[in-house]
Amino acid sequence: MPQAPKNAAGINEKHIGKRQRMTATAASWIGQSIERVEDAALLSGRGRFIDDLGVRPGTLHAAILRSQHAHAAIRAIRADTARQAPGVAVVLTGRDVASLSASLAVGVKAPIECWPIALDRVRYVGEPVAVVVAADRYLAEDALDLIEIDYDPLPAIVDPLAALDPAQPPLHDGLGSNIANDRSFCYGDPERAFSEAARRVSVSIHYPRNSCTPIETYGLIAEYDPGEQAYDVLANFMGPFSLHSVMARALKVPGNRLRLRTPPDSGGSFGIKQGLFPYIVLIAVAARAAGKPVKWIEDRLEHLAASVSATNRATKLDAAVDADGRVRALAWDQIEDVGAHIRAPEPATLYRMHGVLTGAYDIRHVSVRNRVVLTNKTPTGLNRGFGGPQVYYALERLMQRIAVELKLDPIDVIRRNLVPADAFPYRTATGGLLDSGNYAHTVDIALADGGYADLRKRCERARAEGRIYGIGSVAVVEPSVSNMGYITTVLTPQERRRAGPKNGAHATATVALDPLGSVSVHVASVPQGQGHRTVLAQIVADALGLTPADIRVVAELDTGRDAWSIASGNYSSRFAGAVGGAAHLAAMKLKAKLQRIAAAQLNVPVGEIEFAGGRVHARGNPDNAVSFTRVAAASHWSPGTQADGDHALRETVFWTPPELTAPTEDDGINSSLCYGFIFDFCGVEIDRVTGAVRIDKYVTMHDCGRVLHPAMVAGQITGGFAHAVGAALYEEYAYASDGSFLTGTFADYLVPTTMEVPALTILHVETPSPFTPLGAKGVGEGNCMSTPVCLANAVADALGIAEINLPMTPAKLAAHVHPAEGAPRRAQNVPATKPFAGRRLHGSGSADVKAAPEAVWRMLLDPGTLAAIIPGCHGVEKLSDTHFRAAVTLGVGPVSGRYSAEIILSQLVPPKSVTLTGSVTGALGDGRGAGRIALAASEQGGTRISYDYDAEIGGKVASVAGRLLDGATRLVIRQFFEALARHAGGAARTGLFARLRAIFRRRP
Amino acid sequence: MPRLSAEARHRVAFQLNGRPVAAEAEPRMLLTDFLRHTLGMTGTHVGCEHGVCGACTVQIDGVPARACLTLAVQIEGAQVRTVEGLGPEPGRLSVLQEAFRRHHALQCGFCTAGILMSLDYYLRANPDPGEAALREFLGGHLCRCTGYVPILAAALDAARRLREPPPHA
Repeated sequence: MPQAPKNAAGINEKHIGKRQRMTATAASWIGQSIERVEDAALLSGRGRFIDDLGVRPGTLHAAILRSQHAHAAIRAIRADTARQAPGVAVVLTGRDVASLSASLAVGVKAPIECWPIALDRVRYVGEPVAVVVAADRYLAEDALDLIEIDYDPLPAIVDPLAALDPAQPPLHDGLGSNIANDRSFCYGDPERAFSEAARRVSVSIHYPRNSCTPIETYGLIAEYDPGEQAYDVLANFMGPFSLHSVMARALKVPGNRLRLRTPPDSGGSFGIKQGLFPYIVLIAVAARAAGKPVKWIEDRLEHLAASVSATNRATKLDAAVDADGRVRALAWDQIEDVGAHIRAPEPATLYRMHGVLTGAYDIRHVSVRNRVVLTNKTPTGLNRGFGGPQVYYALERLMQRIAVELKLDPIDVIRRNLVPADAFPYRTATGGLLDSGNYAHTVDIALADGGYADLRKRCERARAEGRIYGIGSVAVVEPSVSNMGYITTVLTPQERRRAGPKNGAHATATVALDPLGSVSVHVASVPQGQGHRTVLAQIVADALGLTPADIRVVAELDTGRDAWSIASGNYSSRFAGAVGGAAHLAAMKLKAKLQRIAAAQLNVPVGEIEFAGGRVHARGNPDNAVSFTRVAAASHWSPGTQADGDHALRETVFWTPPELTAPTEDDGINSSLCYGFIFDFCGVEIDRVTGAVRIDKYVTMHDCGRVLHPAMVAGQITGGFAHAVGAALYEEYAYASDGSFLTGTFADYLVPTTMEVPALTILHVETPSPFTPLGAKGVGEGNCMSTPVCLANAVADALGIAEINLPMTPAKLAAHVHPAEGAPRRAQNVPATKPFAGRRLHGSGSADVKAAPEAVWRMLLDPGTLAAIIPGCHGVEKLSDTHFRAAVTLGVGPVSGRYSAEIILSQLVPPKSVTLTGSVTGALGDGRGAGRIALAASEQGGTRISYDYDAEIGGKVASVAGRLLDGATRLVIRQFFEALARHAGGAARTGLFARLRAIFRRRP
Repeated sequence: MPRLSAEARHRVAFQLNGRPVAAEAEPRMLLTDFLRHTLGMTGTHVGCEHGVCGACTVQIDGVPARACLTLAVQIEGAQVRTVEGLGPEPGRLSVLQEAFRRHHALQCGFCTAGILMSLDYYLRANPDPGEAALREFLGGHLCRCTGYVPILAAALDAARRLREPPPHA
């Protein structure tokens, strides 16, 4: 007889048994950290992500050519060579796309357009300019290199404050300026409060651009059926499905002719996969043009440069404060940079927090000025925290400044202003309805259980030892379940009246029974790893007296078949409060029908039917019972015995909470349904030598209402915390002043690793929400709101500084730790050019050749010689005696490409010196620069060539290979002079490199 | 080293999860594309294609390697192990995989295959790693969902279980 397995499998089976056993004391599956139903497949390589799914035979693959300029007019696109390239089916430019589609709808009232591809003007680095559709991705990318585009570069606006300048030319002619929207709001009597207050405290913030960068990029497969004039798209889009309407309109089809499906698995999103929707339109059009299904998977450079990011925002926030730290009024001035287009749902980031601009505080007087500006950067969109990080960074820096300026304890300032426990539900000054909580009590528990007193002592000890140590604290309300109507706050009340009220947010869930009596659940929540299927199984199991293993949950969405609405999707932390609640309601609806069926079968009143342990029984008489599956299958097998309306087959619930009302006439808006409470404190130490921040201790206290699955809640908090650590200390989508994008790899855009994310202490208080069916609130975004500013408050405390912006990099903090250093060395003898804008390079060197200066001079001015000695040169064309054009192939790090170079000679002093100014342009980037070459006769009739150069580089090369550019430039110059020396019949010696090489050569 | 024509496809024969396989690849084809799209082994994921995120990590001749920085033709004759080969048999999880499930050390699961392949190697070479050493080793992987804390817990738990002598029969 074979022995029972006692190894790993033994552990395995024991564990599965435990996984499905309810603990003796628990009354429900909800609240237990059961293992996830999703994990076995994901852990063994059987996930079904978009790029893991097969495609129909004949499916083609798209690659996208993108702008290397932040702002330029497109003069011409030459794609004929690309169209003839092997495997290429079709090449689309903006004009082709415009002929088959319409502009994406824009969220403000202005005569401007927003296309998924540039038409006659590019407005950000990475903007699509052409799409190649070919037999495979390799061939499509080959053909991209063959497309030639003539650009006329235009001045770029990068700083949102510069965008306010009416003298700057508008990015969109229809606007007349770069201010897309300007609204002022007044709640209470802030003017009077400021005039009466003892103190006015202000902060000024520049919140940077960053992104939560899911590890899976965008992907989609699109197909067009000309017979039905219908699109069918499979995409790892996350919602909100209000954007389905935007896409269908852009594709000029009714909603039922854009069937949008999602794959079973999606590799993270954090808001970012909302920004996929313009590409759905673009690739759908490409599929229509190609007459075949077309697949596109975004690469990482495309993702970092041009998917979507959080908004950067310039905020000035003032508080009217009593002497004891009580805040009487706030005055907000927010300038929101949405990038080059107001792409739906923007400017939602600016309004998502509008109902809670007073945070966790009881502040009755608020003025707000909100301006939305356009700059030459990637359009913005959803990103974990969505407006919360920007608002709380200002608000909680302000609270810390109030404590410092009034010489109060920061905790006391927070506590003194919290919404009092007896005020719930509390209507904020700006219209939010804080559903529940006991903020002061929660703070007290956090301070006690989190060890705040010990942290204070630790800080004192560290400072006594001369270390740079600080403590930060913040209080935050975390909104969840967005009101789809909040965005209309951007419109004036008159505009809203004309447009009709927008409000609410339908969550949907379906619970179905099959003929064998087993239970299926379907939702439109489109998870990206949050474990929705597991939690829904817990919820429905509780309702029907089953185990989670009895329930099968399908969470992928098909708009052609499933129940969905505009609020469907996975955003604004809406799952626990709204989707979980809707599933509970659907299960309860089905249960009520099953109770009637069972009552007839068991001959007892409906009110006495109970569900437990997979059986349906009469209360008080467990023997009078029938199996759940028998009752559940009854409506399939014997519908004739049941009254109409009693059939228990499938129940779909659409649930929208009544609290989510439209903006009021005086611009009050309850922007979300529930508001969790977070109180964080932390201790940080700053390295005296490097300026690096070390997080010594971090405590985060959450009241997210009823906790449905503790381990998943912990996962959301820990994951959000890691994102926040990145945003606080490392991450920024960096742009040069000419709009070049500088962080196009994960070696430039620094995402925290295990080395940077410390363990944190998580505490909980549970105050159920009265507004959600299960009492749960969202918890997915809170630490992205609280943690960056908590760390900043600690850093400000450590360094004793008032102004600090993110990311708090060592370089930035070192300026506060160390005395100022001297200016860096600049190249000499280089003619003055305009201020440098892109990735900057400068250097100098010298080389010795055997030929005389006159001979070298002739070589440098001869196209034939230049063609032979310029590295990677394909040919030199002489346009005039002092104007040359060359085609060259250059490789920098991972990026190799073909460039066209223009070189103009000036200040010629034959045979002594010459100034070269020039530019290079190519699909992979562009550069401008100037250099001075001087020739001097050396011993034995040779020539010493000295050179200086200053250059700036933009485009893809600047994005992905910035760190390598200096080295690569030196290499190219060395190769140039080596070739020149060979040509002149002598060995070249070029500066340091040659000297080093000479040293090594001397070694035996 | 044989000279390969850029224009032609070349036969690449190697051992994949202990079984011989062979298929044709252009010299420029990445190992990630070869595994995923030519051989249908989609468990290995592509996160950055420049060697930083670690999602594509596989074992080549027993050592973790970035499949996105490897050409398909380079694995001629090699032993390649992917996440599909981690479980003791179909439908069963390894001790390490089990620990990941128990500790909720994954959310979206996209980066997980690479982390498992690295850890599988590391825990065999270092059966009793400290948390600091594990942190440093895992610094070569990016995960955006979990915040790493449960990954470290799962790895330490798996190491402990793997050290335990198997129970007597």
